[in-house]
Amino acid sequence: MSAIKAENLTRRFGKFTAVDAISFEVEQGEVFGFLGANGAGKTTAIRMLTGLLMPSGGDAWVAGRSVRANPRAIKQVIGYMSQRFSLYEELRVEENLDFFAGAYNLDRETSRRRKEEILEQFGLEGVRRRFTRSLPLGWKQRLALGSALLHHPRILFLDEPTGGVDPLARRTFWDTIHDLAAGGATVFVTTHYMDEAEYCHRISIMNKGEIVALGSPLELKRQYGKDTIQEVFVQLIKSTG
Amino acid sequence: MDGPLVQVSGLKKSYGSIPALRGADLEVRAGERYGLIGPDGAGKTTLLRILCGLVVSDGGEVRVLGHDPVTETHKIKDGIGYMPQRFSLYPDLTVAENLRFFADLYRVPAAQRESRTARLLEFSRLGPFRDRRAGALSGGMKQKLALSCTLVHTPQLLILDEPTTGVDPVSRGEFWDILDELKAEEGVTQLVTTPYMDEASRCDRVQLMYQGSSLAEGSPAEVAASFPGRLVRVYTADPYAAAGSLKRTGKFQSVQLFGDRIHVVVEPAQAAVPGVMAIVAQIRQILEQAAIPFTDLHEARPDLEDIFVQRIGEITND
Ligand SMILES: Nc1ncnc2c1ncn2[C@@H]1O[C@H](COP(=O)(O)OP(=O)(O)OP(=O)(O)O)[C@@H](O)[C@H]1O
Ligand SMILES: [Mg+2]
Repeated sequence: MSAIKAENLTRRFGKFTAVDAISFEVEQGEVFGFLGANGAGKTTAIRMLTGLLMPSGGDAWVAGRSVRANPRAIKQVIGYMSQRFSLYEELRVEENLDFFAGAYNLDRETSRRRKEEILEQFGLEGVRRRFTRSLPLGWKQRLALGSALLHHPRILFLDEPTGGVDPLARRTFWDTIHDLAAGGATVFVTTHYMDEAEYCHRISIMNKGEIVALGSPLELKRQYGKDTIQEVFVQLIKSTG
Repeated sequence: MDGPLVQVSGLKKSYGSIPALRGADLEVRAGERYGLIGPDGAGKTTLLRILCGLVVSDGGEVRVLGHDPVTETHKIKDGIGYMPQRFSLYPDLTVAENLRFFADLYRVPAAQRESRTARLLEFSRLGPFRDRRAGALSGGMKQKLALSCTLVHTPQLLILDEPTTGVDPVSRGEFWDILDELKAEEGVTQLVTTPYMDEASRCDRVQLMYQGSSLAEGSPAEVAASFPGRLVRVYTADPYAAAGSLKRTGKFQSVQLFGDRIHVVVEPAQAAVPGVMAIVAQIRQILEQAAIPFTDLHEARPDLEDIFVQRIGEITND
């Protein structure tokens, strides 16, 4: 069974079609890069895959559960990091973790243990009492990822997790992503950094609601006769309007 | 005006007990594009806010367009175009209405308004969405609209705080082309922060900031040339596996991923003794043994990202 499977997944806002019948499958343990132009429909698709937005057509299955039939059941098996990190800026670092542990219905003992594990794993012990708003962006991003991992999800949706993050912090972040995947987690990630596309097992490129290319970075570079994913991306987006 | 448009020396600022700037220096000359780079929390945003008179420093000298940004805000206001990291659009206004609002605010002459707006809609690809409410745009589309609102007028000095975060690679290239045009045709001086090292290398001069002061300054080539040691580069289809097997040998001081490239740092001492050729041979042997396919294994010239990763990595690992 694929970790994620979409079949003609579609979303319209009024007359405008934001996601236009996209289909793909992602295997368990795969790092899948979901690339595309601004406004292509990536966030809209992720909101459907995470059970937050009802499709207008088609369906998708996440860990075997239909996003149409069972959107609530999906939230328990996934971790989701949104484009604007969903942290409470007014809470302290550890209070954010407490909050999400509560949201995932973890029991008291598990919450306490997972909180300590996450603080350690992400190097946040030294700042656990700091107010979230006072943290540099790279730290907030680690806290946001940590919060999404409290309940040991097998499938992770990360919407531009490294936007605005510096080159060194991005490398650390991707090391973590690969560690998670090596541990069997599926990572579905969007990014506008084309070097990060190279770190994915497979990528898709979206424009105007449609997936216009899908394959491993090497396959796509060969197929389009380019040296870099950056060049593949630019050509595809320009040629599809 | 003659002389530098921005002059900062020994600038200090703390938030409570947390220092953001510890004696920052900066000089931006008329007509140049100056880039500030550095890790998150280096103090870049605080510095820009002080220049715009939004934050008062704790000490040090600041002159913007020859004036004090706090006591003489009114004298510099019209000369500066500032785009903060989080720019507030009017979510209930459409794309076109937002642009018109900012054009009115900056009193852009009617003749210039048309052509400039058309140019901005072209780069942002927001033309088809001119009647959509800003609140319903995607993240990157909002960012591009915010950029467009900042660029509807032609200030003497543009101050842009991470202008292209969330912007896709196609629009990012086109946005930088607009900055080039503004510089070449209108002589607009530009001060930019960016986490993209390819953007930083399009600046005339850059400063690498860390913990509120400067680590290095100069043209991108000069800063890159200050790289300690030499660099060997290899392309591979499996960067993680390749970097892993190189790191595991413990033979190299630094092995860094750059997309499908790996950069292996050869320390100055090593570079002389076994020589770069020997390092190349070692890498070849390790990768062949691990059966990881690779191409183009040879010495390469360091760029800004190498310096960034090396210098900042060194400091933060100690
Ligand atoms: N509630 C809404 N009402 C109308 N249009 C919407 C709404 N939400 C999203 N859209 C439109 O759907 C399209 C896709 O938006 P989406 O946020 O999915 O893009 P994206 O691929 O994530 O882009 P980015 O790279 O900029 O984050 C855009 O044209 C956007 O304006
Ligand atoms: Mg998005």
